[in-house]
Amino acid sequence: MIFEGNVHVVGDHCDTDVMIPGRYLSLVEPKEIAKHIFEEVDPGFVQRVKPGDLLFAGRNFGSGSGREHAPFGLKALGLSCIVAASFSRTFYRMAIDLGLPILTCEEAARAAKAGQRARVDTSTGEITLDGQTFRTHPMPQFIQDIIEEGGLTPWVKREAARRRANAR
Amino acid sequence: MGKTIAEKILQAHLLDDKAKVEPGEIVRAWVDVVLLNDVNGPIAFRHFENMGGGAVACPQKVVLVCDHFAPAPTAAGARLIGDMRRFAQQKGIEHFFDVGKGGIEHTLAPEQGLIVPGDLIAGGDSHTGTAGAFGAFGTGMSWAGMAAIMVLDETWFKVPESMRFTLRGKKAPFVTGKDVILRALQEIGVDGALYRSMEFGGPGVADLNIDERMGICNMMVEAGAKTGMVEPDEQTEAYAKAHAKRPYTLVRADPDAQYASRHDIDLASMRPMLAKPYSPENVVAVDEIKNVHVDQVYMGNCANGTLTDLRQIASVLKGRKIAPGTRAIIVPATQQVYVQAMHEGLIEQFVAAGAAVSTPTCGACFGGHNGALDDGEVAVATVNRNFKGRAGHAGAQVYLANSYVAAAAAVAGEIIDPARL
Repeated sequence: MIFEGNVHVVGDHCDTDVMIPGRYLSLVEPKEIAKHIFEEVDPGFVQRVKPGDLLFAGRNFGSGSGREHAPFGLKALGLSCIVAASFSRTFYRMAIDLGLPILTCEEAARAAKAGQRARVDTSTGEITLDGQTFRTHPMPQFIQDIIEEGGLTPWVKREAARRRANAR
Repeated sequence: MGKTIAEKILQAHLLDDKAKVEPGEIVRAWVDVVLLNDVNGPIAFRHFENMGGGAVACPQKVVLVCDHFAPAPTAAGARLIGDMRRFAQQKGIEHFFDVGKGGIEHTLAPEQGLIVPGDLIAGGDSHTGTAGAFGAFGTGMSWAGMAAIMVLDETWFKVPESMRFTLRGKKAPFVTGKDVILRALQEIGVDGALYRSMEFGGPGVADLNIDERMGICNMMVEAGAKTGMVEPDEQTEAYAKAHAKRPYTLVRADPDAQYASRHDIDLASMRPMLAKPYSPENVVAVDEIKNVHVDQVYMGNCANGTLTDLRQIASVLKGRKIAPGTRAIIVPATQQVYVQAMHEGLIEQFVAAGAAVSTPTCGACFGGHNGALDDGEVAVATVNRNFKGRAGHAGAQVYLANSYVAAAAAVAGEIIDPARL
């Protein structure tokens, strides 16, 4: 999959509490969650993001509380892809399961500047920032399959149906 | 080649016996417990219905605990708890703990014998690794992933590398398990154990009771760890004998197990530690902090509202009062802990000292309710995270510490070494 859009940037160890504070954890609709992304630390963020934009982050993106509200909200806000120097493991798996493409590339994450144009190919691992190209590992094939199918839900639905058919 | 505890527990839960349990490999496995609370449960239930719904493949493994928005502070919170109640009824989930019936999941589940040594635990909450105190492999997972387990009765894990922390000596005064994990965070940082298992062993483990081991394992995720555990011993077995509702296995590491790194911690030379705002890795010894006025002290969370913590708090508050200009909130982790604290006279002592004592809840620990902070306020808390904005206003500051240090701050009105009271 190929994503192109404007770049937004956050630093190292960006935790899920700053992405979506705990008091909003009673929200369940992604569009409602999206309204509060980075509310406490960057109130203008939600207005700046346009559908298709990409987020570039430093080390350990999504650390702290494992809350699906964070990847849910970022995706519902319209962000198409996240590139980080590294991800917290719960955020990584949550993003994949919700069908939000993410790539790990320290060099691109360090070079990215807000307002640049980015192009990311998740199947080759090629990342371009204003014409400068970086290469990283593509997402593993089975993860690409889950994301292309729209997340874990359709994958499990199909797998459960297959098992029921086999059991007959 | 020898195996670590994490590798052995995964090995015992493989769906394909021939799979290689080596770091980096992805293995299919079954789990013993599917642990959900009123924040992640209702969303997992939505995923579950979207995945086809119907019967839960493993209802006996599912443990549902109302602890975050409990008691409900808002109508939206009440709706989440209602979702939990309905799912339990409709799907025949026996292990459902409503408001007033249980407490905070990570203390409650082992107390109820639902988490036992050797278990593989999948939880929607990031602090599921607290199960490591009981020699179990607990890990926080995606909520869609939790729903998938309820559909398929299996999941996949990447086998983590392990780090070995060897504890030696006897604890110095006012040092607890909390300080051990803060000390580890000081050394390795908030991504120092990313994707790894943190294994604690060595002769010093014997000087830490089960409650204090919960304090250690609770915060391993703050170093990015996937899981981690304290090597089980006689205390682990005694606890399991008294509580376990299922057969258990004490899983120990092989002497020639392979570790990504090894670390030594000498308990005797340690000082009580605090993590300064706004990161759990921002750790200093209590002596290094001077002239910090404290507006609020919060004592309790999923691993530090134990009876051991309440006794430590009581030992400091005895004959003293909460300082004017400072407020203290004490939250026992479970109803059983609450009742035992009452029997021991601790609750009466807390109230007499001027502290607010609340029913078990995650409440203020995750910034939901029950003790939020305003702009410019400073708190000492026995919780696990001090990120910007987590406790309320982004301008509030939280210092993480053990129960002795927290109680000392409550009576002194400032951060102080409990030994100097």
